Amino acid sequence: MSSNRGASVIVIGGGVTGLSAAWWLARSGVDVLVLDKGVVGWEASSRNGGGASHYQSPLFDEEQRMWPQMDALLGYPTEFQAERVIIAVTEKQLEHYHYIAGMCGDMGYRVDRIDAQQARQMVPMAGDNCLGGIHLRFGGHANPQRTVQAYAWATQDLGGRIIQHCPALSLTTAGGRVTGVVTPQGELGCDALVVAAGPQIAGLLAPLGIDVPLAAARAEMIVTEPAPLMQWGGVDGNGLYGRQTRRGNLAYGGGPHEWLLTEPGGPAARPSSPLARNLAKRVAEMLPGAAQLKVIRSWSGIIENTPDGRPIIDRLSHPDNVTVATLSGVGFGLSPASGHAIRDLVIDGKVSFTDIDKLALSRFAGLEPDWRARRGWEPLPGAEALRA
Amino acid sequence: MSDEFTGHDPYAINRKLPGADQHFDLVVVGAGPAGLAAALEGAALGASVLLVDEHPVAGAQMGNDVPYWFGGRMTGAVQTKDRMIEQVFMAQPLFEQAMEAGVELQLGVYAWGLWRNHANLAALPEPMLGLADEERSWTVGFKAIVLATGARDLALSFTGWDQPGVMGAQGLHALLTRYDAFAGRRIVILGTGDLAIATARLALGRGLEVAAMIETAAAPVGDLAEMAALKLAGVAVHCGSVLREAQGGIDGVRAAVIAPLGGGEAETIACDTICLAIDMVPAIELLDAAGGRIVTDPARGGHVPQARAGLALPGIFLAGDCAGLGLNEAQAAAEGRAAARRALGHDPDGAPLRPEPVTAVDRLAYREAWLRALVAASDDRVIVCQCEEVSRADLLDVQPPNYLERGEKMRARSLATLLEDGPPDQEQVKRLTRACMGVCQARRCREQVGMLLAMASNLPMAQAPRAGWRAPVRPVALGVLADWAEDQAMKDGWDVWFGIPTQWTPYRDIGTEREEQHRRALGGYMHL
Repeated sequence: MSSNRGASVIVIGGGVTGLSAAWWLARSGVDVLVLDKGVVGWEASSRNGGGASHYQSPLFDEEQRMWPQMDALLGYPTEFQAERVIIAVTEKQLEHYHYIAGMCGDMGYRVDRIDAQQARQMVPMAGDNCLGGIHLRFGGHANPQRTVQAYAWATQDLGGRIIQHCPALSLTTAGGRVTGVVTPQGELGCDALVVAAGPQIAGLLAPLGIDVPLAAARAEMIVTEPAPLMQWGGVDGNGLYGRQTRRGNLAYGGGPHEWLLTEPGGPAARPSSPLARNLAKRVAEMLPGAAQLKVIRSWSGIIENTPDGRPIIDRLSHPDNVTVATLSGVGFGLSPASGHAIRDLVIDGKVSFTDIDKLALSRFAGLEPDWRARRGWEPLPGAEALRA
Repeated sequence: MSDEFTGHDPYAINRKLPGADQHFDLVVVGAGPAGLAAALEGAALGASVLLVDEHPVAGAQMGNDVPYWFGGRMTGAVQTKDRMIEQVFMAQPLFEQAMEAGVELQLGVYAWGLWRNHANLAALPEPMLGLADEERSWTVGFKAIVLATGARDLALSFTGWDQPGVMGAQGLHALLTRYDAFAGRRIVILGTGDLAIATARLALGRGLEVAAMIETAAAPVGDLAEMAALKLAGVAVHCGSVLREAQGGIDGVRAAVIAPLGGGEAETIACDTICLAIDMVPAIELLDAAGGRIVTDPARGGHVPQARAGLALPGIFLAGDCAGLGLNEAQAAAEGRAAARRALGHDPDGAPLRPEPVTAVDRLAYREAWLRALVAASDDRVIVCQCEEVSRADLLDVQPPNYLERGEKMRARSLATLLEDGPPDQEQVKRLTRACMGVCQARRCREQVGMLLAMASNLPMAQAPRAGWRAPVRPVALGVLADWAEDQAMKDGWDVWFGIPTQWTPYRDIGTEREEQHRRALGGYMHL
């Protein structure tokens, strides 16, 4: 039973994973309510490279099935474009990409090796330093900002509700189940809960005795003014991830990340650093024809990681009406499928279309308490004193 | 598993960002009255001082209306930056004085980033300023920095504003006084306040014609004696009027069409330039990018640093228009001197550099009157964001750009439906419509987009949303921004993503021999 103001299913976190889950639930006729501490998609869900090519995931086949249909299904443009081209400017990179081509081939995904001349034909801004690369005949990319808003609007169109500027402060439990979410707008009742609140997941579930090991880090990107459109927008390589947008801007990220403290209410700031210069260097090396393009923006995003860098998508056993979802830095592209998996877990208790057993939270049961320190995933000295 | 961890993440940023390329006791950004005075004071106090100013900016930046709204009305002379540096240097006698006093003066150098460690950034070895010219970029460290970045133009849209010859008062002032490279002859000025009067006087003083001054209010808002003098000098003053259209041809503006507010017979005034002198906007880019707190203060010019003049952040000081409008040149210079003294540790307990004004002018109310009049006088197909060609209709309907399909559901969305989910958010609207996403870095549209969103949301202008600034706060070419002398530590510790090897194992291979094989072959390094 839901209270008047609550919903059958509450989703905490209006990022791309939570919104996709809400959309899938709404498609199944479920009364769903999404809570976000700010504006939908404000964190890593809209501050990323827009890649949709994480073929390592058990969700990937479903993702690939869904993406080409998403604009029509959602009713709003996502700017999805299929396929990727990855180009090398060092022999080491080329060797690396060829290994990846083999790995993909073994999995049944077609990858064409391209030589330097083909690469320059496919990527007109590539230069004489290009040694060739690979052409992924799968995967793709989309506009993260448009996509999150599309999920939000499509959820609303199906009767789902979204409350922005409404952080989840705590969870209430009764009889071994979560019964509601306490917010500044009062307590909102629910029959089932999806926690997809990014780095804030750990703090929300800790009071229930559930330890979700997550470490958040900051990563940066730069964006140029528009360039003439390339046939394949999904071009990267040379230590970069990114794409050419439909407008023509080049948006690329990569390079070192900064491990952070996690604030319960969300990040106080998302600063970028002089790393923009190192990113610019790599973009200019990869695409010498773009060297005169003006860089007009930089971003940073804060991304949570699990200890093995793989998602956690799991319906808990105690309380058994809670589903946890963190995609650990590979969530944007997988979102059409992650929402489907969450929908299945919430409604059916089991994912219908793939095996995700290895993404269960229980794999971290024996994790060392000092797992962050062991990995060197700790905030820099002095970070504590710099908290706003 | 656990013994494979070393307690060290080779791909974390820790210690990879290098220190600054150069160091000075005092860095001053902006060589207007406040910045020049600050640099001279710093040198007089025995400090090593760097004074940077972006003028002369390259012709290409000018073409993008960076940093001022030049409106394409510069002569071909601006294309030769070396000659322009001499011109700009000669136009300011204090430059020579500063150099004689030992100030390191760098003209034609853009300040595009300012960084310090704060929330969620602890990796910088020191605070630093990012600089660039047309060839390369570099960083400068400092004991203290004075930002004297001045103010930029307030742009508002109307029919025909997106053509050469429509420009801002700051752009005109710079072209006349610093570059000596203004290509127009006959100007129509929008506004009758202090800025408009100063603009008209300057233009007349340089032998230009000022055909008219236009004012939406029933009477001039500036000094009446000054306005009377301008009338005597032949300037037609049209109050209770609004600009309906800028008419033009291949060379841009040829005439301004004005009409009484609320309708009536239009009048066509021949001119080659329409100069908006309604207001200026404090240039807060660097402070905002560095995480300084920005507030709305209608008296100081809208979005301004919370800190008034003086200390804004540890080691970061403000002086002149960038801390809020309303000073004359002598006051700005005095503030610059005082800021430099504070920055160098003198007068630590002195009074606030700029006291609260006794009477506060509501600059936003004047802007709003103009915005409403211009909106009423134009149809909503007027382009608001020139770079991204976003019309006012598409902005307020939060529609995507034309290259994307607008299905039925998309067309049913609007600002009104977005407002059901929360207050208007310029960052969100910007992502959806692309207004403010262009190469001018929203210099031409950020204020008017914020005001239009407030107007359409029935919010007072003081609650107009704001889009933030991020480095690079000047457009800088990839090849110029690039750190071509990158440290080995950065090269060695570079990964596409987080460098977590297990992240890249195909699901089916997890826990198999193949997983080990992939890890040996790939490490944590992955292309995607």
